Amino acid sequence: MLMNFYILIKIIDWLIMAKITLKNLSHSYLTKPNSELDWALRGIDIDWKDGGAYALLGPSGCGKTTLLNIISGLLKPTKGKVLFDDKDVTALNPVQRDIAQIFQFPVIYDTMTVYDNLAFPLKNRGLSGTEIDNKVKEIGEMLELASTLNNKASGLTADGKQKISLGRGLVRSDVNVIMFDEPLTVIDPHLKWVLRSKLKELHQKINRTMIYVTHDQIEALTFADQVVVMHEGQIVQTGTPVELFEKPKHTFVGHFIGSPGMNILPCEIKNGQINFEGKILPTNTSLTKSNFNKTQVGIRPEFVNFSSDGIAVKVKRVSDTGRHKVIDTECDSGSIKILASSSTQIPNGSAHITFDKKYTYAYGDNWIIE
Amino acid sequence: MSPFFKTKFKFLHMSLELKNVEKKVGIETHIHSTNLKLEKNTINILLGSTLAGKTTLMQIMAGLDKPTAGEIWFNGENVTGKEVQKRNCSMVYQQFINYPNFTVFENIASPLKITGIESGEIKNRVGKVAELLKLSAMLDKKPDELSGGQQQRTALARALVKDSDLILLDEPLANLDFKLREELREELPKLFEDRDCIVVYATTEPLDALMIGGNTATLLEGKVIQYGKTLDVYCKPENLTSAKVFSDPPMNIAEIIKTGDTFKLTDNNVQWKSNIQIKDGKYKIGIRPHNITTYKEGNNSVEINGKVLISELSGSESLIHFTNGNLNWVSLSNGIQQKNIGEDTTLHMNVNEFLYFDQNNRLVNYG
Repeated sequence: MLMNFYILIKIIDWLIMAKITLKNLSHSYLTKPNSELDWALRGIDIDWKDGGAYALLGPSGCGKTTLLNIISGLLKPTKGKVLFDDKDVTALNPVQRDIAQIFQFPVIYDTMTVYDNLAFPLKNRGLSGTEIDNKVKEIGEMLELASTLNNKASGLTADGKQKISLGRGLVRSDVNVIMFDEPLTVIDPHLKWVLRSKLKELHQKINRTMIYVTHDQIEALTFADQVVVMHEGQIVQTGTPVELFEKPKHTFVGHFIGSPGMNILPCEIKNGQINFEGKILPTNTSLTKSNFNKTQVGIRPEFVNFSSDGIAVKVKRVSDTGRHKVIDTECDSGSIKILASSSTQIPNGSAHITFDKKYTYAYGDNWIIE
Repeated sequence: MSPFFKTKFKFLHMSLELKNVEKKVGIETHIHSTNLKLEKNTINILLGSTLAGKTTLMQIMAGLDKPTAGEIWFNGENVTGKEVQKRNCSMVYQQFINYPNFTVFENIASPLKITGIESGEIKNRVGKVAELLKLSAMLDKKPDELSGGQQQRTALARALVKDSDLILLDEPLANLDFKLREELREELPKLFEDRDCIVVYATTEPLDALMIGGNTATLLEGKVIQYGKTLDVYCKPENLTSAKVFSDPPMNIAEIIKTGDTFKLTDNNVQWKSNIQIKDGKYKIGIRPHNITTYKEGNNSVEINGKVLISELSGSESLIHFTNGNLNWVSLSNGIQQKNIGEDTTLHMNVNEFLYFDQNNRLVNYG
């Protein structure tokens, strides 16, 4: 009887997950913000489901750390609300929110053993000795730390220490959400994929809501099912890795995701068509609106091809990376990059190019027109 | 001397040559006996991991450090003992080094001021180089008002503003974030195009070398492994070490047995046919990750099955790590190829791009 009850509690433990909703969130570090630039975050709306793997991706200064601090409760937003499972937690502090956070640099107790480091958050919450022991061993197993549990933490390598930090975040079953703030910064580049694999596997195993904050596209796209791309305090797109690559909703996403990024050049929109370099560019999206200050056409280098007719360009430079060629071309509107296989014959001097219409998009004031 | 004759004279002699250069610190050898000849108007990449000896080699080239044996010749002159101040060279470091109290203009102009060039000419030259590096709008700002990329551009501008014979760049892009690195890496070769100088560029990243082009020296543990045209070194590495240094993600290496026209991985039963000319026997095969793909490439491909360890997505390509036999493999495909951890998958290896090494790790054939 008692045993059954214990199992039930355990199951409930593991079922505590949270959906996270951010409603019309804005934040300024100034007391009297005036212009748009005074806001670190503007009009953030997010709906994150239970148990999902999410990433916040953007360059430094885009507002992602501010947003992370608002979710964890370290910062109170100037406007808007934070809800966990539809319950308003905007006024609650980090402890009350039951959040685990893993930082860039390992936060561990050097003088304690690996075991005691992992057990520490559980002891603080008054769990019994056997519960602690089970939990620590389970997490130790998952992170392949089982053989080093009795070692002093100080003797470990940087990635060993960061694994303990991860373990300390994962060991608690009462957390609503686990947040990672650039957790692989200190890891040797050659070992990063191992920990990326581990993290992803862990998410699949324990199915807890996880939020991963990073400026690195590989990190974000590898970990998350849904990636939130941030730019100058705004969310510019939320989508799967495929969506971000195939259909950038904002010129910044086109530029930031993919290497080299999207070609973005000025164009005119007339009668629902893209006019570029004196030609009409076919596209699959319908262009209903045209009243913008600035209109641009976007095409990824992967989807530009040499052809017998089309847009006239000059070939400026070819870099052969051994794997493919990156070709810099120039037309009157600006430069256009092309990515072609290494065996492609590159025309000398003057050439013509066409855009794959499936991946040709028009942007009005930087946002996709569709 | 007529200007024509002067340039002609420069053309004939400009080169930097290291003759049996060696550097020992105590009982440790930091640089093993090195011979290297760099010609004018070339960009030369020193490619190797941290502690490979790149920085030491550059400091010896600049005269900031003296070799314990060997000689350095510059433009036909033995400069081994010559101090750095008396040589005409510039250096850019990984850390953005600028004078914090100077404006961007003053920072860029600083190497010209000490040479006593008149102010009109200084303004002219700084203006030109600032335009090249997209700094024209920032000339009145102080370094701490700039982004990391702009700070490094300022340091680069300072190195370019005087007509140095030798420009040394020590991992100049390492502290920049990914997109800025991509942008500057592209601009760098253009900056040096019309200059009569020798550029040396140290980096840990193979992609830097491939995008910049020029010549590459692969380095490991204080030794130059191979030096030649960048694409030649990449496509035809003399040995396995050079191939490994010049591969990111790491090259897949496996043992094979060749009998007649049949090649077989010793670890499992993956086999293929090729009429490549090498004797029957045991070899090591090197397969670059981009020659293992989720789709077929080339007219001769062979399937390999594996269990997915992870699929890493970079935005426009996918790195799938998988196990086959006792080995971990890495593959690199175009586009977003999502795979679940633990999933069984079949990939295609492009046989035309294999590198064959003998038991002494020397390249015996390729393709």
